[in-house]
Amino acid sequence: MRLVVDLNRCQGYAQCAFLAPDVFTMHGDEALMYDPGPDDAQREHVLRAAEACPVKAITVEAADAAASAQARAGASYAA
Amino acid sequence: MPLDGSLQRLRREGHIVVVGASLAGLRAAETLREEGFSGTLTMIGDEPQEPYDRPPLSKQVLLGKVPADHTALPRRRAIDAQWRLGTAATGLDLHAKRVHLSDGSSVEYDRLLITTGVRARPWPNELEADLDGVFVLRTVDDATRLHHRLKAGPRRVLVIGAGFTGSEIASACREQQLPVTVAERGAAPLVGALGAVVGEVAAELQREHGVDLRCGVQVTGLEGDQAGRLRCAHLSDGSTVEADIAVVSLGATRNTEWLAGSGLGAGPRGIACDAGCRAFDVRGIVTDDVFVAGDVARSPHPLFGYQFLSLEHWGNAVAQAEVAAHNMINSSADRRPHVWTPSFWSAQFGVNIKSVGVPPMGEEIIVTQGSLSDRRFTAVYGYRGRVIAAVTFDQAKWLDFYQRQIEQAAPFPPPYPSVDRRPDGMRPVPAGFPDPSLPSHGPTVTLSGHSPADRRVSFTPMRA
Repeated sequence: MRLVVDLNRCQGYAQCAFLAPDVFTMHGDEALMYDPGPDDAQREHVLRAAEACPVKAITVEAADAAASAQARAGASYAA
Repeated sequence: MPLDGSLQRLRREGHIVVVGASLAGLRAAETLREEGFSGTLTMIGDEPQEPYDRPPLSKQVLLGKVPADHTALPRRRAIDAQWRLGTAATGLDLHAKRVHLSDGSSVEYDRLLITTGVRARPWPNELEADLDGVFVLRTVDDATRLHHRLKAGPRRVLVIGAGFTGSEIASACREQQLPVTVAERGAAPLVGALGAVVGEVAAELQREHGVDLRCGVQVTGLEGDQAGRLRCAHLSDGSTVEADIAVVSLGATRNTEWLAGSGLGAGPRGIACDAGCRAFDVRGIVTDDVFVAGDVARSPHPLFGYQFLSLEHWGNAVAQAEVAAHNMINSSADRRPHVWTPSFWSAQFGVNIKSVGVPPMGEEIIVTQGSLSDRRFTAVYGYRGRVIAAVTFDQAKWLDFYQRQIEQAAPFPPPYPSVDRRPDGMRPVPAGFPDPSLPSHGPTVTLSGHSPADRRVSFTPMRA
């Protein structure tokens, strides 16, 4: 799965690091480090983290976009 | 406002071409679809990968915590685009409304969005740049190669230029216990972006973390062995640094060469556009069908004297792309201005550095909260008696407040009391920015005058 954190918004509340510790970790007191492409098994945790973020800084790939990823991967880019 | 016939046709069956398939291009494409554009959308990108995020490359990826191919950007929605990846745009014909591509083909457009961004400024001596072990860091391929070499345990890494990218690379190396030398032409790391007062804190941070930091020097030459592998670097103070890896972090160059001769107001400082993201031509006339967003754009900003502002900021790419996309498919009365307040972040040596506004405009600086010696503080920059920027080290929570101060042109020095005000923050001191015409890693936010056809080059590195 894919995600991105808007680190301009992030204020280091670290809710995500509690809810999805395999994906989000604090690096120092305030800086967030995360895996932008975690395993799908993390989806529930990531969605919970995104929901809990007090500044709504986490964007998770939209379901319809993810569904077309299959087609995307197989598509010829020379179209 | 009701749409006229031609605009309705554009939205229904027009052809929009986006040149530059990175963060700005992708977010613009999503916004176009979100706002009801149902015509043909073509995404052209010179890199073979689909849009990916660059900030992790100098952090998580170099540390080996995240593989480089994990950085593909999430889609906010499906965009149903024709992708032409691995194909660079090579020319633009404004009359025929056509973009020429590196494979010899061309694409016609009704509306064009240019989001070609920047690339890492290469080492100026080509023979030396070709030595095995000399890197830049901008793309996912750069990051993959550099990480691979760092993992192999080099004797020493030389980072040339202590801007944000260079400093983050040095930080990632130290975290992996690799010996690092940083050579910076300015008086301190980050001095072009944040000034000497904050730069001094960055210098102390680097030295505390074991970086061999050399300021006020330039690398004059890179020397290889007989097999063409980097062996050492020569510095302007006469010293030599033995290193098998050098990462050139001398800032970025705007990808505008492909527009040379097109008649668009494009040059080394970027492509000039109005606050609505419409590109200017070289005559200073705004175009109706060519839009610009992201790192490659220069646009006038009301908060900063309407000078053209170039921003190499992640947040700017997103915000400007959204405005450009909206304006591309709306009538003039419904267009929006791009008046985003510059903001960026950097994580290095365990500290979270964030900023709002335009620090390099600052004449003076005052530490309003915390203290420089704690490495935890908020500092505010003043320009002609008003608040123009702020920076925090591990105090991000205060930035929203200062952003509003900047947007309201609040007086400087701030007359109000603030929590955690220390004695050393009672008086403003000179902010200590170097002469912007001197070559260095450069700030990531630049005021570039009022001329839409500006073609001056701002960086002339010393030759070996």
